[in-house]
This record gives sequence, structure tokens and C-alpha cells, in this order.
Amino acid sequence: MNGWRSLSVAMWRTFLRDRTSQFFYFLFPLMFLVLFGLLLGNSNLGKADLAVVGKGSIIDSIPTQVVNIKRYDTFEAAVKAVAKGDVPAAVTQSGNVVRFKFTAVDQVAAGTTRGLIEAVVGEANLQASGKPPTYSMEASQVENDSYKPIQFLTAGILSWGVAMAAAFGAAMNLVEWRKSQVLRRIRLAPVSTMSVVGARVGVSLLITLLQTLLFVGVAMTSPFGLKLTAQSWMIIPLVMAGTLAFMSIGTLVGSLVKTVEAASGAVNIIVLPMAFLSGAFFDTGVLPDWLQRITWVLPMKHMSSGILDVLVRNGEVTSALGHLLVLVGFALVLGLIAARFFNWEDA
Amino acid sequence: MTAPGAQGNGGDEAPVDATGHSNAPAILVEGLHKSYGDVRAVDGIDLRVEVGECFGILGPNGAGKTTALEMIEGLRQPDGGSITVLGESPWPRNPRLLPRIGVQLQSAAFIDKLTAMEQLLVFTGIYDMPATRAADLLELVGLAGAGDTRADRLSGGQQQRLSTACALVGDPELVFLDEPSAGLDPSARRQLWDVVERIKGDGRTVVLTTHYMEEAEVLCDRVAIMDRGRVLAVDTPPGLVRGLNAPTRVMLPPSALGQSEARRIAGVTDVEVEVGALILITHEPAAVLSALARANLLDGLQIRSATLEDAFLDLTGRPLAEVEP
Repeated sequence: MNGWRSLSVAMWRTFLRDRTSQFFYFLFPLMFLVLFGLLLGNSNLGKADLAVVGKGSIIDSIPTQVVNIKRYDTFEAAVKAVAKGDVPAAVTQSGNVVRFKFTAVDQVAAGTTRGLIEAVVGEANLQASGKPPTYSMEASQVENDSYKPIQFLTAGILSWGVAMAAAFGAAMNLVEWRKSQVLRRIRLAPVSTMSVVGARVGVSLLITLLQTLLFVGVAMTSPFGLKLTAQSWMIIPLVMAGTLAFMSIGTLVGSLVKTVEAASGAVNIIVLPMAFLSGAFFDTGVLPDWLQRITWVLPMKHMSSGILDVLVRNGEVTSALGHLLVLVGFALVLGLIAARFFNWEDA
Repeated sequence: MTAPGAQGNGGDEAPVDATGHSNAPAILVEGLHKSYGDVRAVDGIDLRVEVGECFGILGPNGAGKTTALEMIEGLRQPDGGSITVLGESPWPRNPRLLPRIGVQLQSAAFIDKLTAMEQLLVFTGIYDMPATRAADLLELVGLAGAGDTRADRLSGGQQQRLSTACALVGDPELVFLDEPSAGLDPSARRQLWDVVERIKGDGRTVVLTTHYMEEAEVLCDRVAIMDRGRVLAVDTPPGLVRGLNAPTRVMLPPSALGQSEARRIAGVTDVEVEVGALILITHEPAAVLSALARANLLDGLQIRSATLEDAFLDLTGRPLAEVEP
């Protein structure tokens, strides 16, 4: 117990004086959270622009939640704007004719706005005909009412931050202590291997907890407006399991490489691409199907999905539980492999 | 009280002296060997270190001293032979033995960014010692004022002494010092020797490896001379030298005497000339000195008797120090 406590204190003190690590574990992900949060939180982004000229029954009923209306004085000016690329399409109404000019360059935006106008026109025609509609549509939102991009972002960035701190912490500590023979000093002291491992785990879990408080706390402030649900406490076990999983990755790396530079490189090569593929920075919905399937072997994907489940999707705790178990399993398997390769000495 | 015999050896019961105290050695090594590929780093050595003595292993770099020491400390597995330390086997990692031994590591194995005091506090915690022990140890090794300095900012000599302090945290019966003054300037070396003397004074057993002859001569009760994985001789420093029948060298300023005159002094077997010195080689130093005194030639005179370096040269045909330390 004394050994565990002494080593924990030593590791924690080292961390408190390590400005570089503090930056990368706390400030760096926070910068991403704030940056992306402000960008995506502005719900104007992603909406297509539409140049509108004049007034009319049709164009006055264009729904403004999905397009950015930009007013132009004349249709010529609007069309010029389309040709220049300022807007993807221009629309005006004279009498019963709606004129719509679009660009072939931005097919998505043009198509979206065109589909929108056609829907409005179709609806107006239906109303004008007086016939009762044959088909009806029920549309409602999947997510709970407070759905905002900040939830995706918090889950993704938190997972990435926790993974980085856990993997780097374990790998660098191991390589540095082995190279400098601190590990040899410890090996010659009456302290069990369990105490040494336990000290590292304890310190990493504490760092994870602080990261969670920081990122979730910032996400809850007013520009971002994250709201916790009754199940959000499940985040804690998820990030802890994630810490263990990534610590075992870090320990394996640390056991296999010889220098701190190699350790740093190896951890980066593993964690950074994994962060991209796991949706820390953007919605993985844009990836091809086969790639999306592959991402489910990544522990970070499970961590961020689990967190998302209890933040957004009205998820029962049980759905996150599956991800939790995957993380724990990963930690166990990789931990056993890391133990097999572990060495107190360099040569 | 009798101690159990050496492990795994079908050993005898340890002998007991007149006061009933056990005469079991602190360390008993028999037939120890280890190879790395084709190289026999340790080639079948026997050692016996008595409780309370300061035992030195002297040899050039690459003699196998460090490998031998690492096996005795329990850091490396021997290929063959037996090792008994304080009645226990050091390999595999032996939790009964660890609190009783202290090892000073060659490298500055300190935890990043911690001060000298904080390094020691880590180990006072591990060894279950009161925290005040850290301050006492800093005092003992002469680092009392440097407790709040970060360990990596201490000078080389200070770091070595901190390393020694770390080795002593658990109040060990047996202390291993591996090349304790490697890389230190002469004054730092002397400070380190003071510390070792203090450690010896407490009745601990000390084993040190070194390639500095002076260190072995000053600190050690007995010295084993080691080269190329083998122990060539074990004795007290004077004992090792006595057996050599090496001559004494009497050195005079070159202007004191002509070469042919010097040869004619009774007892002088040979004369050498070096830059700035005329060297008279003799096995009868007393007679030669009397002759020189009578001729009033004692000014600027120096005498060099045989040293452990001569012993090494005699045993191996090679000089001990290839590079000036």
C-alpha cells in the first residue's frame, strides 16, 4: 500500500510539473471542442443559400429553417451571383410562373434548393386544386429535443482526449523509466509489480476524470449548451474503461519500442487516425459503408458511441453497457499481451 | 544461532565462532558464469564476501564486473553456478532479500522533475521508513542544502551521492556500489569516498566495483582482481602487492645525478630516464635512500612503491587503465 501511494504521489508530482503533457491532454482537445463547437453550433452553417428576388405567394412561403435567404434587387443581379458562385440558385416569381436558375457546379446545394422550391410549388398546386391529398407523411425527429452538434462533439473530443492521455501517459512513463533505470531502482525495492501498475492506473484515471469534468463542463456553458440526461452518469464508467483500454495500448507500445521518440510516434500513429475514423472530428456517416463497419473494431469508436448514447439518443444505460464491455474486454486482452512483452530492463 | 546452509547446494551448516555468532558469509558465489552469444562475460568465478567487510572488485572496463554484480543483485539470471546473498537466493526476484540490500545504480536513475528530497521520499514510503529519514540521508551524503533542487539539476558528483542515499533508504545490511566514482572529478571522488567510509562505519557490508586502483586501495578491506570474466586473485590490497616482489621506484630531478653515477649506488638494479625525472629502480629502498641522504640528494625526491596497477599488470600482462579516467 505504501509503495502504491509513494509511486502515485511521485507520478502525480511529475505530471503537475509537465507543462507539455498538460497542454496536450487538456488545452489542446479543449481548443478543438471550442473551435468546432462554435463553428457547428452556428446553425447557419450547412444551410444552402438561395437568392430571392421580389415577392410572390410561392416564394414568400419558402421555409427559412433550411435555406439562407439572400435578397437581390433584380433577377439579373441574382443570376450573376449564381454564375459567380456566390449562391447556388436564384428564384423569382412573376404571376403564376416561378423562375428558378441554378448552378451545375454545386449540385448538392442546387438540388436541395430546387427540390425545396418544387415541393412548395407542388403543395401550392394541391391547395389550389381543392382535391384532398391521397398521400400523407408523418415526420418527426429521432433525437431528443435538445439535439445539437455539441453532443456529437463532446463525445468525440472527450474520447479522443482521454485516449491520448491514457496511451501517451502509459507509453512515455514506461519508456522513460526503463531507459533511465528508474524501473531498475523500483525492481530492486520491496514493492510489488501490482503496486507499480496500480499507481500508473490511478494517476491516469485521475487525469481522465479531470478531462471529463473540463470538457463536459465547458460544453455545458452557454455558447454550446450541452444538456445532461438522467443517464449521463454512465459517462464515468465509459471513460474509465476507455482509459484502461488505451493504457494497455500505451503499455504495449512502451514495451516494444526503445526510445521516447519512437514511443511518441507510435502512439500518434495509432491514436490520431483512430480519432478521425471514430468520428471525433466529423460525422463518420460520410464514410463509405465498408469503412464504417471496420470502425467498430476501434475502441475509441465504442467509447464515443457509448458516451453519445447516454448524452443524445435517450439511450437506456444498457445500450452503453455493450460498448463498456467491449472496452473492458479490449483492455484485458491487450493488457495480457502487454504483460507478455513487458520488461524491467532495456537489454 | 546457526544460519541455514547455502541454498540449493547441499551446503554445510554455517560455522559458528567462539561467541556463538554465525560466520556465514554475506555473499557466496560459486562457479558463476554467464555468456552473451559467444562472449563469456563472466567465466566461472568464485567469491566470498564476509559480513561487515568492504569488498572491492577491481578490473578494467569489460572485465565482467558489472555483469557479475548484476547477477548477485538479482537483476540478471546466471547461466550457471550458485549465488547466496545473506543466506538467500537473489534470483528470481526475492522479496525477502530486497529490504536487506541497497544498490547504488551507475546511471542517474531519478524520477523526472522531482527534487532530491522528493526522490528519497518515494523510497522512504516504499521501504516503510519515516519521512524524516530522507532529511537524515541527505545530511549523511552531504546534500543537506540541495534537498529542494531538482535531481537532474544537481552536479555529477551530487547525483552520485544522491544515488548512494537512495541505496541506503532501507537501512540495508549489504550495500552494492557499482563504479561509484565513475565520471567524477577528483574532489567529487573524495567526497564520495567520505560517504563510503561513513557507510562502512555503521557495520554494513559493502561491495564495490571499480576500475580506479586508488579507490580500491583506499576503501577496500579485500580486493578481487577481475579480468575477462575471471577472478585472478583475491587478497587485501597490501597482500596483493606484497606477492609481486615489485621494485620500488625512487625518482629524482634529472639534474641531481648522472646516470652512470646512479647505477653505482649500492642496491640500484636499474636506472630509467623519463621527462623531468631520473628513476632509480631498486629492491632495497632503505639502502638506496641512505646512500642518497649521505650524498645530500634528497631534495625533490619521490618514491613510488608497487601498487595494485602493478599487481594487475603482473597478473594479466596488461595495464589496468587504458584510458586516463
